[in-house]
Amino acid sequence: METKSEQFKHISREESAGYDRKTLDYIRNAAAHGLYEIRGLGAKRKLPNFDDLVFLGASLSRYPLEGYREKCVTKTLLGTRFAKKPIELEIPITIAGMSFGSLSAHVKESLGRAASELGTSTTTGDGGMTQEERRSSKTLVYQCLPSRYGFNPDDVRRADAIEVVIGQGAKPGGGGMLLGQKVSPRVAKMRTLPEGIDQRSACRHPDWTGPDDLAIKIQELREMTDWEKPIYVKVGATRTFHDVKLAVHSGADVIVVDGMQGGTAATQTCFIEHIGIPTLAAVRQAVDALEDLNMKGTVQLIVSGGIRTGADVAKALAMGADAVAIGQGMLVALGCNSESYIQNGQHLSAEADYAALGTAPGFCHHCHTGKCPVGITTQDAILEQRLQPEIGAKRLRNYLKTLNMELTTIARACGKQNVHHLEREDLVALTIEAAAMARLPLAGTDWVPGMAGY
Amino acid sequence: MERMIFDLAKTPLRALNQFLHHDAKTGSIEKVVVLNPDGAHNIAVGLDCPVEVEVRGHAGYYAGGMNKTGSVIIHGSAGTGVAENMMSGKVHVKGFASNGAGASAHGGLLVIDGDAGLRCGISLKGGDIVVGGSVGSFSAFMAQAGRMVICGDAGDALGDSLYEAVLYVRGKIKSLGADTRIEPMSEADLAAVADLLAQAGIEHAPNEFKRIASRRELYHWNADANQEY
Repeated sequence: METKSEQFKHISREESAGYDRKTLDYIRNAAAHGLYEIRGLGAKRKLPNFDDLVFLGASLSRYPLEGYREKCVTKTLLGTRFAKKPIELEIPITIAGMSFGSLSAHVKESLGRAASELGTSTTTGDGGMTQEERRSSKTLVYQCLPSRYGFNPDDVRRADAIEVVIGQGAKPGGGGMLLGQKVSPRVAKMRTLPEGIDQRSACRHPDWTGPDDLAIKIQELREMTDWEKPIYVKVGATRTFHDVKLAVHSGADVIVVDGMQGGTAATQTCFIEHIGIPTLAAVRQAVDALEDLNMKGTVQLIVSGGIRTGADVAKALAMGADAVAIGQGMLVALGCNSESYIQNGQHLSAEADYAALGTAPGFCHHCHTGKCPVGITTQDAILEQRLQPEIGAKRLRNYLKTLNMELTTIARACGKQNVHHLEREDLVALTIEAAAMARLPLAGTDWVPGMAGY
Repeated sequence: MERMIFDLAKTPLRALNQFLHHDAKTGSIEKVVVLNPDGAHNIAVGLDCPVEVEVRGHAGYYAGGMNKTGSVIIHGSAGTGVAENMMSGKVHVKGFASNGAGASAHGGLLVIDGDAGLRCGISLKGGDIVVGGSVGSFSAFMAQAGRMVICGDAGDALGDSLYEAVLYVRGKIKSLGADTRIEPMSEADLAAVADLLAQAGIEHAPNEFKRIASRRELYHWNADANQEY
């Protein structure tokens, strides 16, 4: 009898861990184009993060507050060290620096409106300050970046605080990038560039080098603004302990530490995934540096990079941050990676537009193309209509409110009348990696990896 | 019209700058004289009115920084970042200037009678710079718009990654930076150099200058560029 062997033919599907599909795809792409991949958003790989921590909450040894009604203060003061006019926020959740150019003017306006309603701040980005964002933002932080695109002393005077950007978490050591599709006539004019060029921003400041120079630069900005406005210094998380110390020595009022989960509108993938340290590790180093200099409470710390939930905010505060800044979360709230967008009161499918970019909702990181299917990271006159400021502001307001409610819920559960009273002792870690990075005990043990000799 | 004297040996810098930001704006002050600057940083930063500031001595970092419509004369040398991010008006250094002179200036005229250090005119965004002497390496790095007239020599990597700014050099150029080339001088170039030299009060024949501008080959990502960028 003849056997039909082809029916039982074995097909080997042994995948290689080293050469998995992602790696195969990467090599083929490199071979096809001779150019590294550029994309938007932040690190996609799995990293130790705030999800690896839990709060202990109150019980017999701690006394909780009633979760809905009892007072829990969220007021946050930034810039109390030297500035005559510190920033006073209603909530410790701020909106991170994102440029007009990477985002549409509608998005900048939405961010400003929502932040103003909730009593928090927004931040400009690489490319200058737009009228829309100044008009809509009660408290606006003006970035001074290496490129100095659109940097204008009138805007310095119009700003509520100045943020000197040394680097960002997605690309510490790298400058900004805006591909030609997004260098529209308005963007080009603001940045003094020819329309449609692939813009690569400087990675170093043009007029200072190193911490001693930075001290003089900060003094210039103070003299310029008659010592009224707080000066922030933003660093991408790398040698955070030393960088924070140097920033304090340089005279910063506020230090912003942006971890590697922080987003970008366009950067080389190798940069996003392989340079910088996770936010969790950076927060602890930053707080160590401030405590080492006895500057905790004098110089405020803002943490950003992968803060998504109210629990993330609470954990960052408990670790020692004074506030957080959120970028990507805001974009997701606006509809980033959503299947649909709203136009004339109707939900319309954006799936075909994702497909045209070679991606799908939930996987898109094509901010760099300027063809955002939901109209957020675009300068296209038609696409930007897909996100109207009223709807955008409402979604952002809801998101910020939710985060703040979660934050205060957690704080009350830990028995705190003020979210700034959350402390490291309220936290334990679920993984050894997180325990080591955050220097917290592994849950249920008193073991802090690296401490007490083991 | 009044003339005010600030002696920085006796008066703090902050008082000078606050005077320039507020009192000088009333229009009744014609000139502010700064004595004993002694290399102080941040002299006359953020001017926002057509006041004239005369610095009698050497200035430190960022003298005349972010100037808008003001006029600053330094009878001495200037430190790093003189007239950085100037928007309009004029800054005139009678001596030498250190690194990053005129960095990211959006407008106005910076005149340096002597030499300028490294990165003169870096990230220039529309301002004009006239240097009577030579400039150091990496000058006009990533300069986007505006003009630089260099009466002496230029160091290494002049105009590296230049955008639309145009450079005119009279002396030797040690090396050009990436994506930069020497171009013929047109009538318009000769007129521009003559005009800028006249504004600076420096005499040279415009036809002694070379024009340097961007090749514009790195304006777009190019897979065949073999990592030249």
